[in-house]
Amino acid sequence: MTPRLSLTAVTRRFEGVTALDGVSLDVAAGEFLALLGGSGSGKSTLLRVIAGFETPDSGTVSLDGADLAGVPPHRRPVNMMFQSYALFPHMSVAANIGYGLRREGRPRAEIEARVAQAVATVRLEGMEKRRPDALSGGQRQRVALARALVKRPRLLLLDEPLGALDANLRERTGFELRAIQRESGAAFVMVTHDQAEALALADRVAVMDRGRLLQVAPPRELYERPATRFVATFLGAANILSGARTADGALHCHEAACTLRAPTPIPEGTAAAAIRPERIRIATTTGDNTAAGTVEEAAFRGESSLLLVRLAGGALIRVSHAEEGGAPPPRGTPVHLAWDADAVVPLAE
Amino acid sequence: MKAVLRLIPAAWLALLVAAPLVLVAIMALSWQAEGVPPYSPPWAGEGINPDNLRLLAEDPHYRDALAQSLVVAALTAGLCLLVATPMGIAIARAGRGRNALLGAVLLPFWTGFLIRIGAWIGLLRDEGWINSVLRALGWIDQPLPLLYSNGAMLLGMVHAYLPFAVLPVFAAATRLDPVLEQAAADLGATPGRAFLTITLPQLLPALAAAFLLVFIPAAGEYVIPELLGPADATLVGRVLFQEFFQNRDWPVASALAIALLALLLGPIILFQRLGRSA
Amino acid sequence: MTPRWLRVAMWAGLAFLWLPVALLVAYAFSADPVPFRWGGFSTRWFTALAANDRLLEAAWLSLRVAAGAATLAVLLGSATGWVLARHGPFAGRAVFGALAGAPLVLPEVVTGLSLLLLFVALEGATGWPEGRGALTVLLAHATLGTAYAAVVIQSRLASRDRDLEEAARDLGAGPATAFATVTLPLMAPSLAAAWLLAFTLSLDDVVLASFVSGPAGTTLPVALFSMLRLGMTPEVNALATLLLVAAGVTLAAVGWLLRPRE
Repeated sequence: MTPRLSLTAVTRRFEGVTALDGVSLDVAAGEFLALLGGSGSGKSTLLRVIAGFETPDSGTVSLDGADLAGVPPHRRPVNMMFQSYALFPHMSVAANIGYGLRREGRPRAEIEARVAQAVATVRLEGMEKRRPDALSGGQRQRVALARALVKRPRLLLLDEPLGALDANLRERTGFELRAIQRESGAAFVMVTHDQAEALALADRVAVMDRGRLLQVAPPRELYERPATRFVATFLGAANILSGARTADGALHCHEAACTLRAPTPIPEGTAAAAIRPERIRIATTTGDNTAAGTVEEAAFRGESSLLLVRLAGGALIRVSHAEEGGAPPPRGTPVHLAWDADAVVPLAE
Repeated sequence: MKAVLRLIPAAWLALLVAAPLVLVAIMALSWQAEGVPPYSPPWAGEGINPDNLRLLAEDPHYRDALAQSLVVAALTAGLCLLVATPMGIAIARAGRGRNALLGAVLLPFWTGFLIRIGAWIGLLRDEGWINSVLRALGWIDQPLPLLYSNGAMLLGMVHAYLPFAVLPVFAAATRLDPVLEQAAADLGATPGRAFLTITLPQLLPALAAAFLLVFIPAAGEYVIPELLGPADATLVGRVLFQEFFQNRDWPVASALAIALLALLLGPIILFQRLGRSA
Repeated sequence: MTPRWLRVAMWAGLAFLWLPVALLVAYAFSADPVPFRWGGFSTRWFTALAANDRLLEAAWLSLRVAAGAATLAVLLGSATGWVLARHGPFAGRAVFGALAGAPLVLPEVVTGLSLLLLFVALEGATGWPEGRGALTVLLAHATLGTAYAAVVIQSRLASRDRDLEEAARDLGAGPATAFATVTLPLMAPSLAAAWLLAFTLSLDDVVLASFVSGPAGTTLPVALFSMLRLGMTPEVNALATLLLVAAGVTLAAVGWLLRPRE
């Protein structure tokens, strides 16, 4: 089956800076994909390339198999929800939402019906006559979403769609966004710098850094099996231990004074591995996949406590201690730590 | 301390702005008289003189002057807007060269408008630059009567007032969010459509302000019609000068000033509203 | 993404503004006594200008009047702008504001006529000012300049500087010290801009000066106006060129003084 969106080796340079470096990516119809990366990672440039505001120096962008090269933004069956929302300040909510349909030259009755439907979808009934500056941040966000969706795009691009909302609204709006995406059946490509948002909303997450795509995977896989040191760092919270590969396929970590052993031999050239804090437990065993240290700080986190443990080799690692396992050891307590072999995730550079 | 600080400018404004305007109003109700100064005020025995203002309403000479001034001012402001709108927008979007381009628009303002009027005289005269060029090209035998025409007058007015019209458009255009035009394109608007439906409507208050900023002073313009216009271009500024200096009829000149002010009151109030909301 | 037609229109507008002026300057160096006709390169009109006592006198008077009017305008404009920006509501504020802004919107002929009537009435009542000349022109120009200066200074004062003053007070400066060390230095560029604006307005004015100047108060624009009434002479070209150069040099100097520091 032809993917909805297909990017092949897309490259874009600005005055010597490579914003996109050979990005290839497929998005299926009905899929929700998140482009995750920091500022300067190229994620926004990629979105603008798909929308047609940037022209790639090389590579192709195609939609349902049709090459989009040379198609100007206003002729692409792709719509974008802008980070600033870009609502037209001189038009009412209804006029904003109907703008794209008027450009298509739809009959008036159809425009009115579809606008009313879109207004209902984003629950803005009664607000149709208001100007954008008389709306709250959450309401503006919904107008922007309705304005893009009412055109029934085959692909909707969302630039930090929750970025301007406060923490309370984010969670609820995120769920709404998912529901709307499922109902509309459009493919969504969302840009975000917030890994929690990406993991929570998307079917697949594509991690970008310096114009390159590092890993594309479903949220759970990405979280549990980050492929590179950057991805593991960016997703946060994991302990990353550097070391040297031993002849028998383990990783000896000098700073942690321990040896890490995965279920299968660690590939050659690997110099780091990740272990998530919740996979580490306090134990009494010794040998591979154990380490000794002293509790330096303990922070209560509700269902668990986060311990910072200084290992004998000098490294500081994070351990998540479940509350049902009893009170965590107090500061200064010497502890032994242990983890299972399948908790060790070898990281490429 | 605060009250004293307020008193100084308040006294200045009362003496040099308020009192003179009151004097104009009194003069409009006074009688022309032989002597120095050539008038006799309402309290000198003859009472209030209603004839000056009545004359303006009844005598077509004055009525036409007022009407013609408004037409010329509107034409000037409209033409200025036509030229200034694309200029202001383009300069606002010029990126790094923006300040230099804005300077190029404003520099003529700093060099004085008489010089620019002089340049037009030199270009448009019968033996002027344009006629000599056309003659050298063999396109004409007789010089075209360019100077002292309505066209020359409008040209000079537009040239003199253009920088005033560019400024508000430029200021408003720099505040426009370029993402909005992209959003319009994303929703299917061609560049021309996006300009008409998104950019222009947002500039409307600034365009109205620019129009009035030209219209208000142009309505009372004296120098440019005098230097470039035809002798029969009896605009209110010129008539006022004639009444005052040649006929020494201070009361009628003052009545003309009052009438001009009355006609401009609406535009002035509108302009100040626009300025406050911007 | 500037459409091409916008840029074309912009350059056309700039050409319209500048071409007449450029030709004016070019022909200032023509030897031909008919203006705007090329008769070989010559600086004879500049020499002729230097011998024209009437014009030189007018120019000298104009400079003095403009400098005086600009200085007075900045002083009064600062007080006016300060009252409007910082005094909050007070009885008569609306009238004060309307009077402060009136010269900006009144047609010149109205302002000129009204000021002349004032000077005539004052002389009749008090004997001062005696006749009309440089002093009355200066006062008229200061009236116009004050209105412009007040706008420039008020908008500067109305912006966020108040926090800075309060910070200075918080750090131990008295009101006068805070004003002298924080407010005044921050306002210096606006004061300079206001002075320059008032100076330029004075140097450019024909109408007010025509009303309130007597025979002893012929400023340069008034003299230039009466020359232009009789048509163009190459001397006017030369004078215009000098004025352009002066304005350009002044603006460049001001731009350099007010350049953003790294």
